[in-house]
Amino acid sequence: MSTHGIKLTVNGKPFERTVEGRLTLVDFLRHELGLTGTHVGCEHGVCGACTVLLDGHSARSCLTFAVQADGHDVTTVEGLGGPDGELNVLQQAFRDNHGLQCGFCTPGMLITLTEFLRDNPEPTEAEVREVLTGNLCRCTGYAGIVAAALDAAQKLRAAKR
Amino acid sequence: MKPAPFDYHAPRTLDEAIGLMATLDNPKLLAGGQSLVAMMNFRYVIADHIIDLNTVAGLAGTAVIDGRLRIGAMTRQRELEFSADVANYCPLMREALSHVGHRQTRNRGTIGGSLAHADPSAELPTVCAAHDAMVEIAGQSGTRKVPFAQFGAGFMTTAVQPDEILTAVELGPWPAGHGFGFREFARRRGDFAVVGAAALLELGGDKRIKRAAVTLCGVATSPLRMTAAETALTGRALDRDAVQAAAATARTLEPITDIHAGADYRRHLAEVLIRRAVVDAGKRAGVSLEGGA
Repeated sequence: MSTHGIKLTVNGKPFERTVEGRLTLVDFLRHELGLTGTHVGCEHGVCGACTVLLDGHSARSCLTFAVQADGHDVTTVEGLGGPDGELNVLQQAFRDNHGLQCGFCTPGMLITLTEFLRDNPEPTEAEVREVLTGNLCRCTGYAGIVAAALDAAQKLRAAKR
Repeated sequence: MKPAPFDYHAPRTLDEAIGLMATLDNPKLLAGGQSLVAMMNFRYVIADHIIDLNTVAGLAGTAVIDGRLRIGAMTRQRELEFSADVANYCPLMREALSHVGHRQTRNRGTIGGSLAHADPSAELPTVCAAHDAMVEIAGQSGTRKVPFAQFGAGFMTTAVQPDEILTAVELGPWPAGHGFGFREFARRRGDFAVVGAAALLELGGDKRIKRAAVTLCGVATSPLRMTAAETALTGRALDRDAVQAAAATARTLEPITDIHAGADYRRHLAEVLIRRAVVDAGKRAGVSLEGGA
């Protein structure tokens, strides 16, 4: 069983650790770095709770090994808000639109939508629903989440004007 | 669960990776990891060595050589979705990609991984079958090319030998303006299909069908080429009778059965989906059949 020294950036901060080859990125974030915002759900890439940005692209951190993040840049849900925990526009929209109940899926939803709204600032409801097929929510029925995404898109556009 | 312990290797070159495959005991190649790592987490797969292809230079990207589209094994599905080469030379693949997993998995998943994993219901192998693809496989004795018809070798098994690496796939050319359609039925968006159908059509100046390709996933262990459906279409005018005749060839299929669907249901799906895929292909080639499918 091999171990490897890795250097990576998480939410803008550099980290250096030694990891086993088999350690998944999500377990690395939670157990080695204490960043427990990223959730472990199904561990086979279906539920989306562990979604992080890897070099700016959404990815399942349960299907990526920590060693593969060597030299790369990771963003987790902890990287979205302000330095004192202020909610960003998308997070506030989730709060305002009842975009969560139990909150387990929320970190993955926020990361997926962060990438999505960056690439597609004027989404239709159908496009929002399409991108959310990769994130399961068992509480809300998605209505609040879709509303939050569209609300955040509108506010982000207004802020840019 | 967590993967069983293994040694991780990050080769920089293809030669290095081939050397590792030849010398290590019980190795497994890691591409996008969207199927493999899930199987490792569940310990369906226990490998002693993981050889990561993500660090190998030169395995990703598309190129057009003599009108044939060549796609490197490590090209991400998401890149293919937006690739101009794919849009021009294999629009069927772009259509099929909208059914492959989710954005988050397509960001990582690769075409080589999809082909080597060889799930019987996977979309990309079905596209490659319709395009008469050649699969490029590298080993210690050099590179060989395998026609897609000989690529499948049973349930989730391919012509790639244990010490070889799938390096690229080359798609057979279809002329500009050809028709294409991909339809599938899945229980949830982004799931592997229960059954899926791909169709390609080339129409002549007289609007008769010059050439047709129809393939299915989810009915056999490998993508199934529906030569009977192709024969039913070729040489005819594209009308509802021709589409019906092509779809009806599904009635003699003896599909696989698993927890998702029995053989009768798959046979029914195959007929319906061939019809819809061929109608879509016709529309793109310039013949709209009224009343839809």
